[in-house]
Amino acid sequence: MNHLDFSVYSFDLFRSYVLSGLAFSLELTAIAMVGGILIGTVLAMMRLSGIKLLEVPARIYVDGLRSIPLVMVILWVYLLIPLFLGKPIGKEISAIITFTIFEAAYYSEIMRAGIQSIPRGQVFAGQAIGLTYGQNMRHVILPQAFRNMLPVLLTQTIVLFQDTSLVYAIGAYDLLHGFEVLGKNYGRPVETYIGAAVVYFVICFSLSAVVKRLQKKIAIIR
Amino acid sequence: MSSYQWNWQIFMQDTGAGETYLHWMMSAWGWTLSVAALGWVVALIFGSLIGVLRTVPNKGLQMFGNAWVELFRNIPVLVQVFLWYHVLPELIPVLKTAVPGFLLVVFALGFFTSARVAEQVRAGIQSLPRGQMMAGSAMGLTVPQTYRYVILPMAFRIILPPLTSEAMNIVKNSSVAFAVSIAEMIQFAMQAQEETSRGIEIYMGVTGLYIVSAFAVNRLMAFIEARVRLPGYVGGGK
Repeated sequence: MNHLDFSVYSFDLFRSYVLSGLAFSLELTAIAMVGGILIGTVLAMMRLSGIKLLEVPARIYVDGLRSIPLVMVILWVYLLIPLFLGKPIGKEISAIITFTIFEAAYYSEIMRAGIQSIPRGQVFAGQAIGLTYGQNMRHVILPQAFRNMLPVLLTQTIVLFQDTSLVYAIGAYDLLHGFEVLGKNYGRPVETYIGAAVVYFVICFSLSAVVKRLQKKIAIIR
Repeated sequence: MSSYQWNWQIFMQDTGAGETYLHWMMSAWGWTLSVAALGWVVALIFGSLIGVLRTVPNKGLQMFGNAWVELFRNIPVLVQVFLWYHVLPELIPVLKTAVPGFLLVVFALGFFTSARVAEQVRAGIQSLPRGQMMAGSAMGLTVPQTYRYVILPMAFRIILPPLTSEAMNIVKNSSVAFAVSIAEMIQFAMQAQEETSRGIEIYMGVTGLYIVSAFAVNRLMAFIEARVRLPGYVGGGK
């Protein structure tokens, strides 16, 4: 058995290989979270609008994306966008587009549950004081739905952060890729895979601890 | 895009290895389903065990169960596949020769999914009234007997719906096996796309098979759910 040798993790190497990858993983997570929640909320409102013309496309979008693997969607976007634009796009941009449209499907299911968790009386109260559908959503329903769903939305974001490692399929430079290149260049793949696992674990474990505390806090106030 | 020249004949074309791309895709589908199915068996066994451990009246066992779930839940599945495939055989050299890479991926997927199954099993057990456990003890059953004959039969029936989505997830998650050269559908899609430049047709074929697989797993679990349903119990109807 070869002895493990973690001397590959000098400060300079770590910074130049791993940190740039981590920066992209975080950037991808943040953009896909914000974009995904925005599009997801619109999709959820469409599905609950009671108008067939809005409901059906939203359902096909959400159920369709949820039944295929993320890796497949990553490949699709990377193949199709250049065909539409007529010129190649970067792997990183392609990944950002993919994750935003893909995560929207998952966030929309969370938002749908959140909106449905608001008692009907709230909707009626809004209508009674003369709010339109949009105003009612904006001022009465969505603020409460967001609040109730905050822990679940954040848990989904942790899953999203883990899933960013799948950009491996198109070779975008993310956290995992950074570790892998470091390991290949310095002949220490075993140590760098272990390093990747540790870094992902520490980030995800701490975030889920925060979410757990938040969950307790919200539960007490309600 | 409207001028795109479809070429579905591509699936009938020879790959150069004496089979058509359709043949190759079907065998890739077989690999996807095999990895997923075997991984699911591993996930059910370890997930049930760990889920039970987290509910037994023993602090040490509970902590072990919790540590297991946190460990396998907080590392991306792709990284776990690399750990099993690239790291473990370096640390335990006998794995290099004794265990095929395919099985290492099965264990990676199975252990990853076991954390999620364990979470469901624990929730299912804890959703039962405490009186069930006490009734078991009152009848003189040991703790293992109570779990075997009282708690688990009901808990598993309760958690069948979330287990269905986990079963569908493992089919989708099996796609990460492409990264360690398992000849499953994503691997096929990437290679066939490169060889033929007919990505759209190839991807459509693979995407279609993923949707069919998800639907089939869903129906299979619904069938099991109907078969094990007990009248008068949770979701048992009449």
